[in-house]
Amino acid sequence: MVESQSPGQASETEEAARFQARVDQEIKIEPRDWMPEGYRKTLVRQISQHAHSEIVGMLPEGCWVTRAPSLRRKVQLLAKIQDEAGHGLYLYSAAETLGTPRSEMIDALHSDRAKYSNIFNYPVLSWADIGTIGWLVDGAAIINQIALCRCSYGPYARAMERICREESFHQRQGYEIMMSMAFGTSEQKRMAQSALDRWWGPSLMMFGPSDRDTAQSSQSMAWKIKRVSNDDLRQQFVDMAVPQAEYLGLKIPDPDLKWNEERGHYDFGEIDWAELKRVVSGDGPCNKERMAARIKAHEDGAWVREAAVAYAEKKRQRESAARIAAE
Amino acid sequence: MTAGNDWPLWEVFIRAREGLSHKHVGSLHACDAEMALQHARDVYTRRREGESIWVVQSTDIIASAPADKESLFDPADAKIYRHPTFYEVPDEVECL
Repeated sequence: MVESQSPGQASETEEAARFQARVDQEIKIEPRDWMPEGYRKTLVRQISQHAHSEIVGMLPEGCWVTRAPSLRRKVQLLAKIQDEAGHGLYLYSAAETLGTPRSEMIDALHSDRAKYSNIFNYPVLSWADIGTIGWLVDGAAIINQIALCRCSYGPYARAMERICREESFHQRQGYEIMMSMAFGTSEQKRMAQSALDRWWGPSLMMFGPSDRDTAQSSQSMAWKIKRVSNDDLRQQFVDMAVPQAEYLGLKIPDPDLKWNEERGHYDFGEIDWAELKRVVSGDGPCNKERMAARIKAHEDGAWVREAAVAYAEKKRQRESAARIAAE
Repeated sequence: MTAGNDWPLWEVFIRAREGLSHKHVGSLHACDAEMALQHARDVYTRRREGESIWVVQSTDIIASAPADKESLFDPADAKIYRHPTFYEVPDEVECL
């Protein structure tokens, strides 16, 4: 006979079944709820990677702040970059609820044990690139993040909702830049087309490997961490972007791109998976530059963090001394 | 190279408009209460989301355990007489 469990002490299998039942019923999982170790690990990896992407994503745009063509464009870009910093913080906070301190996640990024979105390893060559990043890169991020708003883990889903709300301006300001370039002088239009030519492929890669080749996807789908497959998200993105490019009078650099009446979607050419693999594994045009800039910023800020702690400690001591003196 | 120890974690509560109560919006790291308020202002009210901010150090929050959910809250399900709809009163009598 199997020994019965004492009340309140459910076995691992019972807990796992109860957990999956809650996920299946669309009940959000909260930080102190029981969860499988794999679920916790997958989330920490995914959310921290997402947070790193927000932070590293500030770097390619940051170098254009002083070169923005007008004050209007400059304040917009600054506001967008500030948002990315905020989004990084929301995400680090969401990941921390799973028990991993932020310093550990940042250490992992700086010592090359954690990834960030591959897209930020490409160079930003002209002002039109800033427009294209807002339009396509933020556009792709929004498609991905709207799906994540329904993620089973409460803190992640809530961070996503807030980020989606804030990020729609990013895409619109990017498209507005593209409009002024595409409808501007022939030189500006050429710059806009060149930016689209360079960013189109990497934008498609933002959704990750094809469903044919992803190992983690099915478990993440069952846990409802991931709600829509990579290829379905990518299709949504293509269907969104094609008419937007047409309006601008720009040509998407894909000879195989055409409307498929039967599917009700655009067909598009095969992605350069070898390039994705190469850039993810560290051999992209800007991987080293991005990480060096990130680490330098962190190290240069060390004295500020130390001074703030020393100041807070001094203030605490003074307050407690004043309290003792008053007694 | 190490990122070092984090500053303590604080929970942030924002009153969105006058007349509403403060609502939890997220958390952040800060070395003291003053800095926590400043960071909360920068991070959580960039679009005029608030009229007032509370910050509380996360370790000061006492939370009920998820395992106690049933014993704490289920008993209320059986006390339907605490709701006005439990009582039958005639339609023609007003102000009830």
